[in-house]
Amino acid sequence: MTLGEVVKVLDAKLLVGEDRHLAIEVKTAFSADLMSDVLAFAKSGSLILTGLTTPQVVRTASILDAIALIIVRGKTPPQDTLKLAHELDIPVLSTNYILFETSGRLYANGIVGCVEKIGGINNSKL
Amino acid sequence: MNTTYKKSLAVEGGNFDNAGMASIEIKKILKDLNIHDDILRKTAIAVYESELNIISYARNGRINLIVDDNEISIDVQDEGPGIEDIELAMQPGYSTATEHIRQMGFGAGMGLYNIKSCSDRFEISSTVNVGTHLKIIINRGNNL
Repeated sequence: MTLGEVVKVLDAKLLVGEDRHLAIEVKTAFSADLMSDVLAFAKSGSLILTGLTTPQVVRTASILDAIALIIVRGKTPPQDTLKLAHELDIPVLSTNYILFETSGRLYANGIVGCVEKIGGINNSKL
Repeated sequence: MNTTYKKSLAVEGGNFDNAGMASIEIKKILKDLNIHDDILRKTAIAVYESELNIISYARNGRINLIVDDNEISIDVQDEGPGIEDIELAMQPGYSTATEHIRQMGFGAGMGLYNIKSCSDRFEISSTVNVGTHLKIIINRGNNL
């Protein structure tokens, strides 16, 4: 699905981003509030779903070349987070759905996890 | 290409506002050098985790990047408390992070483990009350 369709499915607000971003095709996602886990397991070109709103979330997304950040549980990120997202060209969506519902709604629409499961921590392939 | 690119960036301990800035700068440099996406990502993660370690635990530090035809070398040196038990610190999930670090989504005890996972060669040495030194080598995997 496209990022525009993601916005509709999640009844989300596009806090940072432009029309050109909405056409981007999305296939995978990763949900976590631990940025270290996002760094360890998320793949480039994915959505990152999180309840954290600090600027570090945006930097983590940028390091990973994430397609967009989806802030769950109706949180509004502080201005410095949004400003950084704008500077680094990372679209930011905000949805009132909880993380479980957000993930479930995307999965029901064909988005899958970056990795299905971790095959024992020492076997995890980055 | 037959050149060697070098860059050295200072990182200030405790300055969480700027956490990730050095990594994003290094990532831009590597992108401009046309480093392959997978290699770029591994390098960016290793540098980012290293930068966060300096900010979280040390007084100050420096990230030295050297890129040649064959490999990317990242040398991370900090002045700080050092690591008493390196073996323990390398274990996934082991952490001495403060509440402040955890509130930002870090300090999950995955940092050094992530760095090692991203590296083709990884060396760590540390002296308590002096500092920690990481040597990270990532193969470019081609001769472009």
